[in-house]
Amino acid sequence: MSESASFDWTQGGDGIAVQRCRACRHAWYFAREFCPACGAGAPETSEASGRGVVHAATLVHRAPSDDFKALAPYRIVLVDLEEGVRVMGHADPGLAIGDRVRCTVRRIAGRPLPHFTKDSS
Amino acid sequence: MSWLVGTGLTRYGRHEGRGTLDLMTEATDLALADAGLARGDIDALVCGYSTTLPHLMLATVFAEHYGLHPRYAHAVQLGGATGFALVMLAHALVESGQAKRVLVVGGENRMTGQSRDSAMQVLAQVGHPVYEVPLGATIPAYYGLVASRYMHEFGSTEADFAALAVTMRRHAMQHEGAQFRTPITVDDVLASRPIASPLKILDCCPVSDGGCAFVVAAAAEGPHPVRIAAAAQRHNAQHVSAAASLTDFGAGECAAHALAAARRTLAEVEAAAIYDSFTITLTMLLEEIGLAPRGRAGALAQEGRFDADGAMPLNLHGGLLSYGHCGVAGAMAHLAEMHLQMTGRAGVRQARRAGVALLHGDGGVLSSHVSLVLEAA
Repeated sequence: MSESASFDWTQGGDGIAVQRCRACRHAWYFAREFCPACGAGAPETSEASGRGVVHAATLVHRAPSDDFKALAPYRIVLVDLEEGVRVMGHADPGLAIGDRVRCTVRRIAGRPLPHFTKDSS
Repeated sequence: MSWLVGTGLTRYGRHEGRGTLDLMTEATDLALADAGLARGDIDALVCGYSTTLPHLMLATVFAEHYGLHPRYAHAVQLGGATGFALVMLAHALVESGQAKRVLVVGGENRMTGQSRDSAMQVLAQVGHPVYEVPLGATIPAYYGLVASRYMHEFGSTEADFAALAVTMRRHAMQHEGAQFRTPITVDDVLASRPIASPLKILDCCPVSDGGCAFVVAAAAEGPHPVRIAAAAQRHNAQHVSAAASLTDFGAGECAAHALAAARRTLAEVEAAAIYDSFTITLTMLLEEIGLAPRGRAGALAQEGRFDADGAMPLNLHGGLLSYGHCGVAGAMAHLAEMHLQMTGRAGVRQARRAGVALLHGDGGVLSSHVSLVLEAA
C-alpha cells in the first residue's frame, strides 16, 4: 500500500483515493506503490471529487452473508469517475447506466462503503 | 501435437458422502478405461484445486491416493479456466517431450461438501478483497454488472439470455448424467427467482458435485484418439473494476490465436464448446469470439443454430447451466462431450459434423481465457 490517505474509505476515511503516475499520467484505483502502466514509482494520491457516470448496474437479491441479506435487494454499480478511474460502489436503487452521480461514504452493513446518489447539481 | 486418448466423466449433481479424492478417482478410472490404459502407463499428472479440499499440493495428494508415481506433477489455479489450462499444460508437456501420457483430472463435492452461503463466499473471493468483496458483491453480481453493460451497448434482452438457458436445458435432457433434465421455456427463465439483475436463477449454473478426467498422450493410441491441434491463453484483468472494457475481455483474441496456431479459421470450426457459467458469459464469449454477431446469440439459439443438427453444435451435454458445475471439472465436461462427438460416440446427441472443434473457457469474471482447437483423427 502506498502512503496512507486519511480520506480513503478503505482506511476508514470519507472519500475515494485515486492514484496518478507522475511520469505517464496514467490514473488508477487499486492502491499500489508504482504505476501499473509504466512501472514508475512514487505515484500521486489524491481525493477524487466523487462525481462520475454510472457505467454498469445490478440489483443484488441474493446476498452472500447475513449482514447483507438484511439489506437485499441492494444496488451495486460501476461508476466512471471524472478523474478517469472506474469504482465499484453501492447506489440508490433507481440509478441506471448513464446517470450522473456523486459519492458519499456511508455505513452499510456495519462498514464504511462508497455510496452513489443522483447528482442534481 | 498431442492426442486426447481417454475421457472419464461422472454424472454431475449430488454425490452424497463422496469427497474430492473420491470423485477424482472415479473420473480417472473411467478415463483410463476409455483409453485402454493402466495407472502404471501414466507418467505425468496435472490437476486443479478443490474448495472443499484446500491443499498446497493437491497433485501429489491425489498421486499418492490413487497410487501414481509421476515424473511430473502440477496443480494449477485459474478458476473456471483451469480445466482447459490443464489440457494446454498437458499438451505442452507432451510436445516438449517431458511426458508421454499425462493424466488431467478434476473433481469436487462442491454441492454437498459445504453450505450454499459458504460456496458463494468462497467463489466471491475472485473479487477484490478490499475494493469489491466488502461491498457484499457476489459472482452473479459481477456478471450482472457485465450483463447490464452488454444489454446497454448491444441491445441484448433478458429473453435473449434466456434462450441460451433453454437450449442448454434441451441438450441436457438427452444426457442421463446431467444435473437438470426437466424442460424449461424462455418464460420460465424470465419468471425465475432474481439473483443479481438482470440474472435470474435459471441464468446461473448450479453448484454441483462431480469429476472429470482425460489422458493426453504423445501417440494416437487406443481406440478413441482426437488430435489437440493448438491451445492459447489470454489474461487481461483479474477484477471487473479494473477491466478496460466490459464488452471485450480478450476471448476473441485468445480464440483467434489458438486457431492461427492450428492453421485454421473460424469458418472451418464445425462444433463448439464454450464456457457458460451464466447466460451472459455464454452470450459474451460466443459474440466476442465471433460464433455469433453482437447481440444475436439468443436469436440464433432460438433458430436452432446451436443444436446437434444445427450449423454450430454447442455444449451438447447441457453445459455448466444444465449438466452442472463442480469447479475445475465443470468445464472439463465440455471437452468430455466433445471427445464423444468427435469420435462418433455421442448416441442420441451426436452432431452431424464435429471434425474441427473450438473450445473456450474463462475463469474469474472473464479474467482468464483459454482456447483449444481439436481435430478428429
